Amino acid sequence: MLGQLGGVYALLGAAVAALLAGIGSAVGVAIAGQAAAGVVTEDPAKFSKVLILQLLPGTQGIYGLLVAFVTLSKTGLLGGSMAAIDVPTGLMILAACLPIGIVGLISAVNQGKTSVASIGIVAKKPEQFGKAMLFPAMVETYAILALLVSILAVNSIPV
Amino acid sequence: MSDLQYTYAVARIRSKELSLFSAATIEQLLARKTYENCLQFLQEKGWGDSDTPMDAEKILTREREKTWEDIRELVPDMSVFGILDYPNVFHNLKAAIKEVCTEGNTSNIFYKDTNPSAEEILEAVKSRDFGSLPEYMAGAAAEAFETLLHTRDGQLCDVIVDRAALDAIYQAGRAAKDEVIRHYAESAVAVADIKIAVRSQKTAKSLEFMKRALAPCDSLSVDALAHAALGGPEAIRDYLAGTDYAEGAEALAVSPSAFERWCDNRIIYTIRPQKYNSFSVGPIVAYALARENEIKTVRIILSGKLNGLSDDSIRERVREMYV
Repeated sequence: MLGQLGGVYALLGAAVAALLAGIGSAVGVAIAGQAAAGVVTEDPAKFSKVLILQLLPGTQGIYGLLVAFVTLSKTGLLGGSMAAIDVPTGLMILAACLPIGIVGLISAVNQGKTSVASIGIVAKKPEQFGKAMLFPAMVETYAILALLVSILAVNSIPV
Repeated sequence: MSDLQYTYAVARIRSKELSLFSAATIEQLLARKTYENCLQFLQEKGWGDSDTPMDAEKILTREREKTWEDIRELVPDMSVFGILDYPNVFHNLKAAIKEVCTEGNTSNIFYKDTNPSAEEILEAVKSRDFGSLPEYMAGAAAEAFETLLHTRDGQLCDVIVDRAALDAIYQAGRAAKDEVIRHYAESAVAVADIKIAVRSQKTAKSLEFMKRALAPCDSLSVDALAHAALGGPEAIRDYLAGTDYAEGAEALAVSPSAFERWCDNRIIYTIRPQKYNSFSVGPIVAYALARENEIKTVRIILSGKLNGLSDDSIRERVREMYV
């Protein structure tokens, strides 16, 4: 049983990365989607611009998925033959998955709120779309940093 | 309802704000030479409906209806907007009391679309069933009715009802979760108190009258304001200079119309930060107030044009716009 516990921790890490970042993206895209729908109700011509802003908080979910895939691949679970992982290694993989899970969750929700504010800019001044897109894109920086740390850490852990 | 649940509504309001009149649009309206040209300008801007006659009152009434139709569509819980309805509700109460006491028929002076409706208020006054009215107006309704019935003093009746209206606005503001409503209530009551003090000073009212009419609020001392009003216009200005309403004191020194303009502008300054708020009901409340302000300003311009006032004279009365 103890021999399998390391694998459980590693799998838990993959789940945390996909779950938390995915939840964050779902919430962020939903908030931005409501604002986008409000603008399109009044002016359907702005659909393409507000759609891009709505999609921005969706990337964290993809990052979480990527880290989960790398983790599953690392543990051999994707190939069907899971490697023997001891408890310290399993815990290290879990810890490596935490950055994208936690930062993904928080950044996606806040990026969604920033997208809503930017959709407000597009509603009033569509010619300022480029500038409006920069504000939520800034939040993305921190999700990318977390993604890098998680991928580098998962890849560096010897299994 | 949490703030995030207003996201769709606020985004729609942002788009609707594009059609609000800016200061430049108001200038364009002012530049029209005649009253008829102004009505034509309003129709070109989409005011009224295609079947609305070229009549100022009908166009403005339709615009007000459109605003509330939009807001009712966007906000499921209209109780938040009750505070904006209070002036009209209490106006209907005054009208109902006077209609019953004078046994006249003045149905055309009631505001429609209030809660409680004009008919409900009239029925409650007719049957002396004041308990059926909302708690915030029941006591004042009974007192004002008895006062008018026994003293035939219409002004005292108005003072009782107006004071109850201000108290209701203030209490609703204090109970509100949204900052914009709290600020609006404080500003509305304080500005009304200043107006009462100014008018009381001009008509040489007693301290007791003023204390009965002035509604307490956080940003003004009604006692100090009433005593200042007894001392004359300069005393009022001196008192206001030491409060948040120092600009009101300056406007008072210019002219009565400049002061009236400042009173309305003060509300617009209060709600202006909502232009940059993407969540909560605040921007929707601000839009409703901005529309009321816009319609009032257009009414002032149309009245000025109809009565042959000069553009400068009308401009002095034009309010600040929200956008």
